[in-house]
Amino acid sequence: MNRKGYYGELGGMFVPEVLIRTFEELVAAFEEARDDPGFQQEYQEILSSYSCRPTPLTFARNLSEYLGGAAIYVKREDLGHTGAHKINNVMGQGLLAERMGKKRVIAETGAGQHGIATATMAARFGFQCTIYMGEVDVARQRPNVFWMEQLGAQVVSVRDGSRTLKDAMNEAFRDWATNMSDTHYVLGTASGPHPFPEMVTYFQSVIGREARAQILERAGRLPARVYACVGGGSNAMGIFSGFLHDPVELVGVEAGGKGLTSGLHASRLASGQGTVGVAQGYKTYFLQDQDGQMKGTHSIAAGLDYVGVSPILSHLRDRGRVRVEAAEDAEVLEAFSLVLRKEGLIPALESAHAFAGAFREIPEMSRQDLVIINQSGRGDKDIFTIAEALGDPGWRNFLREKAEADRA
Amino acid sequence: MLESYVRKRLLEKGILLMTHLVVGYPSLDGCREMVRAMVEAGVDLVELQIPFSEPVADGPVILRANHGALKTGITVRTCLEFAGGLASQFPIPFLVMTYYNIPFRFGLDNFARVLSEKGLYGVIVPDLPPEEAEHHVSAMRKEGLGAVFILSPETSVSRMARITETASGFVYCVARRGVTGARTRFSPEIVSYLARCRKVSPLPIAVGFGLRERADLNFLRGKADIAVIGTETIRAMEREGADGVRAFMRGLV
Ligand SMILES: Cc1ncc(COP(=O)(O)O)c(C=O)c1O
Repeated sequence: MNRKGYYGELGGMFVPEVLIRTFEELVAAFEEARDDPGFQQEYQEILSSYSCRPTPLTFARNLSEYLGGAAIYVKREDLGHTGAHKINNVMGQGLLAERMGKKRVIAETGAGQHGIATATMAARFGFQCTIYMGEVDVARQRPNVFWMEQLGAQVVSVRDGSRTLKDAMNEAFRDWATNMSDTHYVLGTASGPHPFPEMVTYFQSVIGREARAQILERAGRLPARVYACVGGGSNAMGIFSGFLHDPVELVGVEAGGKGLTSGLHASRLASGQGTVGVAQGYKTYFLQDQDGQMKGTHSIAAGLDYVGVSPILSHLRDRGRVRVEAAEDAEVLEAFSLVLRKEGLIPALESAHAFAGAFREIPEMSRQDLVIINQSGRGDKDIFTIAEALGDPGWRNFLREKAEADRA
Repeated sequence: MLESYVRKRLLEKGILLMTHLVVGYPSLDGCREMVRAMVEAGVDLVELQIPFSEPVADGPVILRANHGALKTGITVRTCLEFAGGLASQFPIPFLVMTYYNIPFRFGLDNFARVLSEKGLYGVIVPDLPPEEAEHHVSAMRKEGLGAVFILSPETSVSRMARITETASGFVYCVARRGVTGARTRFSPEIVSYLARCRKVSPLPIAVGFGLRERADLNFLRGKADIAVIGTETIRAMEREGADGVRAFMRGLV
């Protein structure tokens, strides 16, 4: 039996026969690239000259004083090109696609961050690009749709199922099953069939490697805890993988939505409501009903609004190496505002979950302790969602006047 | 059991016809009427799809049928009960087609046992490659049920050999790349692909994906044992109900 791509009982490769050869080729290409110093060099070169690596580790002095517990450091993935950690993975897969001679890339996207990163990479590498995005997400992340289209990508609005990330992922698989000969599917998170969980973790592990070196250099010791938000699990796996063999507590924060008993959340692990199943090509914890039908999910952050979760992260949770918490929408908005006011940082709503989870615990920690919070992305893309959630009157007026001027 | 039925039937007919419907779409009564029409028109086997929320190998028509059926609130148990009812009412074999999460959540041994109790002949699971199917295959084998696996134009000959060793009943050869729905153009590439399948497989071979009309069946005669009409069956029902299905099937055979 083939146990490659398994993490305990989780993971695997559950794909239609027509895609098996494509996956075998991808596994081989990835393993070869990983062992090739030339590829490594090219990857590092593109991340530093085209994106912004290393990203800084920022000491949040005001927040640390305000909360009165551990000293807070923020890993600044928001400063990467296109404004989120997604670019790390996308550039790696872009290089891989080029090596494999592909001419076209496709991707699913929820928040639109991964879609923008992929469209950007496609422009840079000269690939054709199609992005699948659930209709619900197209509506709430319009600015990102605009940019993807300006970058030359075709954005396909997916109208089936829950019309969010999982449905966009299904549609990308359908495209790939047809066009695999010239197309690479740039899956955006540490989920999906093998080798994606391993490969995306590998490309994101640069976050943790940097963060570990930076905190040792700056503070001379390791953090007590590292916090990251968990959608599919890529930014969390990226930063956690730098600390797996250290005495550092790793804390993932899922989307608690409107509360874990409301049915409107995306907490697969912390809620205890996720059960092991097989969908989207892999085995992991899903929010599903008795029969195995996937449930609808909710989060204020489109990038966390996903029904499955990384099999690697889930396995680490099961082994007790990672602790997973959930933060609710309201608490996340509060944390978001606090970070802006105290530090002048604008986290993405996804990343604001990591802050919210950390803020709950930091006051109880010793002042001698350090924590790192992964700011996986920047929040200006969320301006429509955030302004609406905060009920900002000036913004509402602006929209109304804009719309009226447009109509005239 | 499944294989011997197919072989026996092949003595009487050049090519068998298998159709596909999604249990509960548009309704259970609607499904029963469709099956009656199919049997009257001479269909040899029927694939009953237990709907799943993430039908990743299916194109728009069957995808919507899955979601349409689930919207009625249908459960897996109800689907299996209904399938059992059809098996006792009509004199042809019924297979279950579904995505792996359904039997996985039901319990693989339990699923095989219930299928057997209900008089069903086997199962097709399009997102379960043989590498992941050890338990599934042994559960099916224990109950004497067919575990149908899929071959594709992307499958190497050595892999085909391994798959046909694992499979029982027949193998399902998808006629082209992609998902269900889009029309298949029957080209010389398909002829050589089917010849490859035929040469490797000790089991009967079914061909599906994109078959729409009599000419497609005529093309396949002599090259395959079973022609599968999936999406087009559902389209005929959506256009003209069970009578439409009957007329469409009669036009095929
Ligand atoms: C800024 C940001 N953070 C986090 C996520 C969640 O994904 P993951 O869990 O893979 O890091 C997303 C997804 O779109 C995102 O855009």
